[in-house]
Amino acid sequence: MRSALKEIALPAFAIAAALLVFGVLVWFAGVSPVDVWVTLFKGAFGDWFSWQNTLQRAAPLMLTALCVAIPARAGLVIIGGEGAVVLGGLAAAALPYALPLPANVAGTVAICLAGAIAGGLWIMLAGWLRQYRGINETISSLLLAYIAIGIFKHLVEGPLRDPASLNKPSTYSLPEGLLIHGIAGSDIHWGLAIGVVACVGLGLWLRVTASGFSVRVVGGNPRTAQLVGLPATRLILAACGVGGACAGVAGAVEVAAVHTNANASIIAGYGYAGILVSFIARHNPIAIIPVAILFGGFGAAGSLLQRRLGLPDASVLVLQGIAFVLILASEGLRMVDWKTLLRNRMPKAAQPKLVKERA
Amino acid sequence: MTADQWIALVAGIVGGALRVGAPFLFVSLGECLTEKSGRINLGLEGVLVLSAMAAFGGAYLTDSAWLGVLIGATAGAALALLHGLLCSLDRVNDVATGIALMLFGTGLAFYLGKPLIQPQAPQIPAIALGFWSDNPVVRSALQLNALVPLGLVLAVLLYWGFAHTRAGLLVRMAGDSANATRALGYSVSGIRIAATTAGGFIAGLGGASLTLFYPGSWNEGISSGQGLIAVALVIFARWSPLRCVGAAFLFGGAGALGPALQSIGVGWGYHLFNTVPYVLTLVILVFTCKPGSVAIGSPGELSSTR
Repeated sequence: MRSALKEIALPAFAIAAALLVFGVLVWFAGVSPVDVWVTLFKGAFGDWFSWQNTLQRAAPLMLTALCVAIPARAGLVIIGGEGAVVLGGLAAAALPYALPLPANVAGTVAICLAGAIAGGLWIMLAGWLRQYRGINETISSLLLAYIAIGIFKHLVEGPLRDPASLNKPSTYSLPEGLLIHGIAGSDIHWGLAIGVVACVGLGLWLRVTASGFSVRVVGGNPRTAQLVGLPATRLILAACGVGGACAGVAGAVEVAAVHTNANASIIAGYGYAGILVSFIARHNPIAIIPVAILFGGFGAAGSLLQRRLGLPDASVLVLQGIAFVLILASEGLRMVDWKTLLRNRMPKAAQPKLVKERA
Repeated sequence: MTADQWIALVAGIVGGALRVGAPFLFVSLGECLTEKSGRINLGLEGVLVLSAMAAFGGAYLTDSAWLGVLIGATAGAALALLHGLLCSLDRVNDVATGIALMLFGTGLAFYLGKPLIQPQAPQIPAIALGFWSDNPVVRSALQLNALVPLGLVLAVLLYWGFAHTRAGLLVRMAGDSANATRALGYSVSGIRIAATTAGGFIAGLGGASLTLFYPGSWNEGISSGQGLIAVALVIFARWSPLRCVGAAFLFGGAGALGPALQSIGVGWGYHLFNTVPYVLTLVILVFTCKPGSVAIGSPGELSSTR
C-alpha cells in the first residue's frame, strides 16, 4: 500500500511542479498563471464538450503509449511510434483501394487489422535490427519513423491521391459504412473503447499469462532469461509487434473515426506524446489509461489557451516537455530513503574517501 | 539530360553537401565529445532546434549574425547542461533524459519562436567557392557557409585535444572507465557535465548554421531528426572527430539529393528522396554494427552500446 502511494505520489508531484514551472514561464510572457491553470482545467475537464474532446484525444494516446510500454517491458526503448501511426493510417486508407470491402463492421475490423499489421511489422523491424544486427533500437525506430513519414507523403500526394483533394492532398474518403462512429451519439468514437480494452488486455497479459511474464523476465534481467532458456529474441520481436500493432491501430482509428481519409493531419505527434504517457505510467498498461486521459486533456485545452489567452499553440508541447523532464528527475528521488534522510541528514554511505587523497 | 543539367545536378549535390552537411558536422562533433565522456545525448535534436531558434532570434534582435551564432550556441550549451545535470542524478537514464530534452527543446523552440516565422534576420556571410565558373547555377550552389571552416578547425582541434591534452585525456578516461577516473581522484560527473555542455555549445553552432545560412529562416520543421542522425553518424565515424567531417558531408550530400533533383526539374519522388539520409543512416548502421559485439572505438562506459 505504501509503495503504491509512492508510485502515484511522485508522478503527481512532478506534474504539479510542471504546472508551476509552466506558470512561471507564461508569467514572463505577461499572462497570469492562474488564468492559464483555470483555462487548462476548463478546456480539459470543464464541461461535457471538453470531456468529449479530451477523450477523443486520449484514445490514440493510449495506443501509442502501448507502443512504448510493451517493448519497454521487454527491455527496449522504442520512440518511433509515430512511424507506426502513420503507416497504420496509410494501410487503413489504402486497403479499400486493394480489396472490395464489405461496408459493415467486418470491413471496419479489416481496416483496423491492416493498420495493426503495418504498424506491428514496422516496429518489429526495429526489434529485428537490434536482435540480428545489434543496432540501437532507440535510434533505428526514430529513423524508421522519418522514413515512414516520407513514404506516407509520397503515396498520399502521389499514387493514392484523390484528385479532388486540391489544397490538402488526401486519399479517397472511406465509404460511410467503414467509418468508426461516436459512442451513443457523442463525439467520443469507439477508438476510446479499443484503447481501454487494449490497455487492460495487455496489462492482464503481462501480469497473468506465462508469455507476458516471460517478456517481463527478458526485460528485467536478460541473463536470468538466458539461464532459464527463454526465447528472448522471439519474445522481444513479439513485444515490438504487439506495441507497433497498437500504434498502427491508433493510425487506422484516426483515419476511420476522425479524418475519414489519410492526409497529413494524422502526423499530429501522437507517437511522441505517447512516449511521455508511457514513461509517466512507468510502462504499466493499466496506468496508461488515466495518464493518457490527463494528457489528452492538456492537448484538448491547447486550442483554448491559444484562443482565450493568446498563447502559442506550442504551449502544450512546452508543458509536456517540462513534465517529462521533471518526471525523470523525480526518478532520482524515488530510491531516497526519506526516513534516514530526515533522521541524520546523510542520504547513504558516502563513496570511498581514499580516492580523493591522491590528486 | 543535357550537359548543363548534369553540371547543375553535380553542383547542387556538392554544394548541398557543404551546406546541408554543416549542421551535421557541428552536431556530430558535439555528440562525439559528449559520447567520448561516456554519456549519450539524444537531446541534441532538441539542442539543435532550440539553438536554431535562439540564433535566429538573437540575430534578428541584435541585428548581427555573429551575435546570433553566439546566442544560439549558448542556448544549446544551456539545454545540454540541463541534460548533464539530470543524468548525474541517481537512477536517471541518459537515453530517457535525452528523449525528454528532445521533446522539451523542440517545444520550447516552437513556443518562443512563434513570432520569428515571418521576419528576416541578418545572415552568416558566404564564402564564394564558385568564383572559377561563369555558370550562375554553379556559383550560387557553391556558396560556403562561413561557419564550415570553423567546424573543420574544431574537428582537428578536438582530434588533437583528445590525444594530447590533459582535458582530452580526462574526457576519454571518464568515457572508458568511470572507476579508473574515480581512483585518480577526479569527478566523473563533473567531467561528463562539462563535456556534455561543451558538446551542446558545438551543436548549437550547427543550429545557428541551420537558420542563419541555409535555408536561412526559422520554421518549425527546420531540423526533422538531424540531431538524431548525428548520433548514428558518430557510430559510423567510430568516435573520431576527423571521420565525423567526412561522414557529415556524406550525409549532407544525401540530404541535398532531393532538392538538387527538384532544381533540375525531376519532380517525381520528392518525399522519397528526402528520406535518403535516414535510409543511408540505417544502411550504414547495418554495416557498422555487429550483434553481440561493441563497435570499434566505442567508449567503454557508453550505455547505448552495452
